[in-house]
Amino acid sequence: MNYNWNWGIFFEASPEGTGTYADMLLSGLAWTIVTALCSWVIAFLLGSLIGVMRTLPNRAANAVGTAYVELFRNIPLLVQMFLWYFVLPEVLPDEWGSWLKQLPNAPFYTAVLCLGFFTASRVAEQVRAGIQSLPRGQKMAGTALGLTVGQTYRHVLLPNAYRIILPPLTSEFLNNLKNTSVALTIGLLELTARARAMQEFSFQVFEAFTAATILYVVINVVVIFISSWIERRVAIPGSR
Amino acid sequence: MLANFDFSVITSALPYLFFDGMRFTLTLTALAALGGIALGTLIAMMRLSGLPVIPLVAKTYVNLFRSLPLVLVIFWFYFLVPYLGQWVTGADRPMTVGAFTSSLVTFTLFEAAYFSEIMRAGIQSIPKGQAAAAQALGMTYWTSMRTVILPQVFRNMTPILLTQTIVLFQDTSLVYVLSITDFLGAASKIAQRDGRLVEMYLFAAVVYFAVCFLASLAVRRLQKKIAIIR
Repeated sequence: MNYNWNWGIFFEASPEGTGTYADMLLSGLAWTIVTALCSWVIAFLLGSLIGVMRTLPNRAANAVGTAYVELFRNIPLLVQMFLWYFVLPEVLPDEWGSWLKQLPNAPFYTAVLCLGFFTASRVAEQVRAGIQSLPRGQKMAGTALGLTVGQTYRHVLLPNAYRIILPPLTSEFLNNLKNTSVALTIGLLELTARARAMQEFSFQVFEAFTAATILYVVINVVVIFISSWIERRVAIPGSR
Repeated sequence: MLANFDFSVITSALPYLFFDGMRFTLTLTALAALGGIALGTLIAMMRLSGLPVIPLVAKTYVNLFRSLPLVLVIFWFYFLVPYLGQWVTGADRPMTVGAFTSSLVTFTLFEAAYFSEIMRAGIQSIPKGQAAAAQALGMTYWTSMRTVILPQVFRNMTPILLTQTIVLFQDTSLVYVLSITDFLGAASKIAQRDGRLVEMYLFAAVVYFAVCFLASLAVRRLQKKIAIIR
């Protein structure tokens, strides 16, 4: 094998002049985590709203929710990313389009919005599944007690539904985090982009990608750990 | 901007888009799905076997590929496959591998992890009496798997396997990072050549939406038809 291994490459200065290759990868990691967290906030709030809309007794709300989920699930994430980044500034009125194109950190905001809306469609499906898995008597009991639909959701249905779907929601959070790597195509310098840059500058292909792999595996382990802790904290006593 | 939407860009590029781009995408999807399901079934069987080390190997494989982004795996295999080829064939320099072969290896191995979880759920949902009856009839493990368990698993899991194949179809668009000409890559090349990003990306989105939406409707109809009333 005529490949020269050099594990010390991480401590050598990167040609960008901003520090070592290790600093480069860590900066990528920071962007990955920040993008994942910001887009998750949008995804969770919007996804819960859409998921609830799909279970309401109102047919218009159902239709809007279903249309949203079908639209965002049937278009690949990369195509959506391109639509947000390249097409949106062109179809908006001229001043808004120009402002968007000159925005500093435009790839970051675009990636956050795109991932937020994409993951929201998957969160909506999970929330809908969680609410529909509850016995029908729960909603009926809410009505019998004189609660409005909103109050039933707030005090009876959603607390149970969220506890049921915590494991799949963790999966969706991790999917969202892995999907941040797609933003490298629009110029966001997250972890995979930095690993690729390191590979291109130093030709140490396998060292760069091994580091990125280890960092992703570590993030996964940490997130699963935190999620199990949350699950234990919010579990209703006597329900396990 | 939508006022000067130019359809002629799309219509003149249709042969290139579909005969070059979509053909690559569909071929990659079909072959990766078949390979992924075959390998995934093997990995699921490894994980459920009672042998000493093999379940751990399978579990590590699945957990590793499920924790990595597909883009990173695409990059990994793009550089790794030539070296693997050199190691396997004993050549004195890395083997030249085309873009299609590299993507095929990537997607087969990546999706095998996801397909193996589906198949594992399927195998575990078959009543234990089936395996016990097969053993009572004197069948070996492989014969009972081949003639009794796996046919039932495939029948039960077909809708989920097809849904995962639709996800694979969408994921193939990520070969864009290697500048490979799949459907999105072809649309992107036309867009950059003619300066018509809006038309081409919207067209690509519409085509992907139409294919995936119709495919999911077909899977839902299939699910209703083959559902077994228990």
